[in-house]
Amino acid sequence: MMIERFEEITTEEQTAVAEHDHTVKVCVAAGCLSSQSDQVLDALKNGVGEHRGCHVKGVGCMGLCSQGPLVAVESKTGAKSGSVMYQNVKAEDAPDIIQSLGKKPVARLELKTNVPFFQRQTKIVLENCGEIDPERIEEYIAVEGYQGLLTAVTELSPIEVIDEIVRSGLRGRGGGGYPTGLKWTTVAKMDGPTKYVICNADEGDPGAFMDRSVLESDPHRVLEGMAIAGYAVGATEGYIYVRGEYPLAVERLKIAIRQANRLGVLGSKVCGTTFDFNVHIRLGAGAFVCGEETALIASIEGKRGTPRPRPPYPAEYGLWGKPTLINNVETFANVPAIVRKGGAWYAGIGTEKSKGTKVFALAGSIQNTGLIEVPMGMSLREIIFEIGGGVPNGNCKAVQTGGPSGGCIPADYFDTPVDYESLKALGSIMGSGGMIIMDDSSSMVDVARYFMEFCMTESCGKCVPCRVGTVHMHTLLNKIYKGEARRHDLETLEKLCDLVMNTSLCGLGQTAPNPVLSTLRYFRHEYMDLLVDGAEDGRGATAVDAQLLEAQS
Amino acid sequence: MSEKAKLATVWLDGCSGCHMSFLDIDERILAVAELADLVYSPLVDLKVFPEMVDVTLVEGAVSSEEDYHKIQKVRAHTKVLVSLGDCAVTANVPGMRNPFKVQDILNRAYLENADLNQHIPVEVIPPLRKTSVPVHQVVEVDVFVPGCPPSADTIFYVLTELLAGRKPVMLGKTRFGI
Amino acid sequence: MKRQTQARIITLKIDGVDVAAREHETILELAQENNIFIPTLCHLDGLSEYGGCRICVVEVKGSNRLFPACMTPATEGMEVITNSERLRLYRFSILDMLFSERNHVCSVCVSNGHCDLQYLSAKLGMTRVEVPYLNPKVDVDASHEHFIMDHNRCILCQRCVRVCGEIEGAFTKGVMGRGVNTRIIHDLNGAWGDSDTCTSCGKCVNVCPTGALVEKGKSAGEMVKRRDWLPYLRLMQED
Ligand SMILES: Cc1cc2nc3c(=O)[nH]c(=O)nc-3n(C[C@H](O)[C@H](O)[C@H](O)COP(=O)(O)O)c2cc1C
Ligand code: SF4
Ligand code: SF4
Ligand code: SF4
Ligand code: SF4
Ligand code: FES
Ligand code: FES
Repeated sequence: MMIERFEEITTEEQTAVAEHDHTVKVCVAAGCLSSQSDQVLDALKNGVGEHRGCHVKGVGCMGLCSQGPLVAVESKTGAKSGSVMYQNVKAEDAPDIIQSLGKKPVARLELKTNVPFFQRQTKIVLENCGEIDPERIEEYIAVEGYQGLLTAVTELSPIEVIDEIVRSGLRGRGGGGYPTGLKWTTVAKMDGPTKYVICNADEGDPGAFMDRSVLESDPHRVLEGMAIAGYAVGATEGYIYVRGEYPLAVERLKIAIRQANRLGVLGSKVCGTTFDFNVHIRLGAGAFVCGEETALIASIEGKRGTPRPRPPYPAEYGLWGKPTLINNVETFANVPAIVRKGGAWYAGIGTEKSKGTKVFALAGSIQNTGLIEVPMGMSLREIIFEIGGGVPNGNCKAVQTGGPSGGCIPADYFDTPVDYESLKALGSIMGSGGMIIMDDSSSMVDVARYFMEFCMTESCGKCVPCRVGTVHMHTLLNKIYKGEARRHDLETLEKLCDLVMNTSLCGLGQTAPNPVLSTLRYFRHEYMDLLVDGAEDGRGATAVDAQLLEAQS
Repeated sequence: MSEKAKLATVWLDGCSGCHMSFLDIDERILAVAELADLVYSPLVDLKVFPEMVDVTLVEGAVSSEEDYHKIQKVRAHTKVLVSLGDCAVTANVPGMRNPFKVQDILNRAYLENADLNQHIPVEVIPPLRKTSVPVHQVVEVDVFVPGCPPSADTIFYVLTELLAGRKPVMLGKTRFGI
Repeated sequence: MKRQTQARIITLKIDGVDVAAREHETILELAQENNIFIPTLCHLDGLSEYGGCRICVVEVKGSNRLFPACMTPATEGMEVITNSERLRLYRFSILDMLFSERNHVCSVCVSNGHCDLQYLSAKLGMTRVEVPYLNPKVDVDASHEHFIMDHNRCILCQRCVRVCGEIEGAFTKGVMGRGVNTRIIHDLNGAWGDSDTCTSCGKCVNVCPTGALVEKGKSAGEMVKRRDWLPYLRLMQED
């Protein structure tokens, strides 16, 4: 029986932990790896040979990636029991850290943990990140991993699982915020027998790395979420579509899938039941638009990754024409906890319409760049000034949320609670969770231009307004930024925003004007100040028959 | 209009085909003459553009520095500016050079393809701008008459409507290319 | 998305007129049956729908969104508007985008007078392109024995790609690149004339709405396309 197997593993793990006085955890997620945390891990592993009772392991992201490599030490004995965190650790620091075990921490490396960055977060999705070794399924099981799946397949009917998700109020974390329970219900109602579950891990927003972190730090959590979804909607095959630029995530997923299959929590006869669920990995070709669900499906099918009009939605007509459930990494990562602790528990966190927590990637002019998870409804001010530690030069101007599909929110509105509706009302969106903080040195026209350039190069080229409109908008923004534009250029820009927003085929084009529209809404003066002719009409026209002009346009 | 209206025509970068098509209105020119005086045109001998003209027909794209300055002057002294023909409306054939660099075009025209006297003239021709553009990319235009060239009937229709103080309705009258 | 043979009949309104439709019929099909004009470019009877040109967008009462008529199924009680002022302006702008994207010089184009793009611009009463031309430098592929591919005139409607794959079964034509750098290619981006897969059937040339695909030896205005065969081929293929 699977439950006994889980208990066995948990006991083994706990015994192993109990044998050690100290556990040294080294972040081996991509952020810290890029500053050679693998060497730190090796140095520490080699070093502890002399020090009995110490266990060194690689773990996932601890959040404060900008200070990496990060190392956390947990001690049960000695002068300082409890935990200590070290920042900017190099391989040379290993002997000092080992020396200090059970004694005074290494002061020069110490990172204060009694600060809002660590204390104000609520971790559900990231609960195991930085705690467990992502390459060992045993550690995941020891922290109640696969419990949700086991409960679902052995004790609950598919409908009961979906009810739990509906009750939780969970909404899609891939950007749109569509109610997850409703999506599952729709797919579950479709005629079988063949259905698919897809996990969208294409994460293409510039600066976003929430999904990558989850996959690198806690891959089993996502697999568990997918398997629960498969059971709930009646699918036996799952695909994870991962961005090609995330080799480490792919590697860890492969390991995780292999381990899960071997243990019997994935593959045929999941947890000894009659439910089969196989997970396959597909690599993205690196195009932003392949994150759009219909383009993603086309790409898995081996076609060119371009979107198609919806309806029909994938729930009805998805992968190979079959009903398909597609959710984001973070959405799936919430599911195991919901099934384990109940939808009502989850619904107790967050706001009325936005439940649970959200992971954000803080970037830009901010003290603490990195990954955080906070309950929905926390204000932008708390996130930026308390958790984020504020802006280095002290003059915060705005925050950009939602990446190329989102908008800029000026500092005056920082008391707004972060939830889907409030951000939308401000002309931005929750998006996938990127937050770029800007100080008073940034030009909002330049920000708009940057995102437009992104959309222009990432446009798939299928539909006319997005393909050509983004080029014209980018040219105009360039012209404005360089101080060569006139008022009628601004009018043309606004007209193009309207065209592209309303007539484009997919979300990329439909939202591409958002950064322009939101900066125009709050920072119009910055545009006006750059015009050659702030006030009068641009083309030097005089004495035009007004009636004729009006009739022409 | 109590007094007779003032009419002008301007020739920028075009092949003069639109002017020819204008002349093709034949005897109907008399009807136009009853409504307006032709005060400035390549067809009449006047060197300075008048102080204020009621209707100016512009043929040709804005290609050279000379075109560029001329059209601004014309705009300033015209009540109703008409882009006549595809070159004025779309840059048409003159615009076909736009994907290429000006220097490459001059080399091609005056050096590579010339049999005699291979040199790039500097004095006789006004310097070319980076691209040939439609008139409305430089100044405000009030009426657009596409066509290469627009037919004499279309031109006559546009003129009589304008001179009667009405806005011509172009739908069904002409198109790009013709 | 297979059509059902035994379709239910539904009723809806197009431009205020009551019409009856078979379930799964698109708004475009229905409008055409009722002699209501909706402009199209990427749609062609007999080919799969593509939904890329967006010129066919219509309004549906009760929704702020616009819907491509060629791909939106008619539904019971729907109220469709095909010709509002708002739509007219969007259609102008979409034509603006197309004319400004590549290099269209109708006066010297072999398709002058027989071109869907030019025809639509005249039919909708378009008199100029508002945005600046992009003037891209693009190629002309004249390597094929009989045909020319002039990228200057291509609007990326992909009719050629679809006919080549769906009807001729040759899959010679394809697409490469992103955004405005998207190009129609032959095989793995070789010269058309070097293609082993092209059967020289000429179908792509005849379905191409513009002067992008033409027969060799035509001068300005001489290229007339024939498309009447397409629905028959499609029917024969389905039988
Ligand atoms: C241009 C574009 C890019 C997108 N990229 C992503 C992405 O990288 N990851 C993602 O999860 N969803 C992305 N989406 C949203 C997906 O289409 C889809 O809505 C989402 O995966 C559904 O999952 P959810 O309901 O869990 O959010 C993108 C949408 C668009 C229009
Ligand atoms: S909106 Fe852009 S990305 Fe989306 S289909 Fe159109 S061209 Fe492609
Ligand atoms: S393809 Fe059509 S629109 Fe383009 S130049 Fe030729 S005739 Fe004109
Ligand atoms: S001629 Fe026929 S086979 Fe060749 S590219 Fe065109 S459609 Fe395909
Ligand atoms: S070549 Fe013709 S048919 Fe093919 S995409 Fe271009 S315009 Fe359309
Ligand atoms: S990657 Fe190491 S803390 Fe985030
Ligand atoms: S005809 Fe409908 S989108 Fe092109």
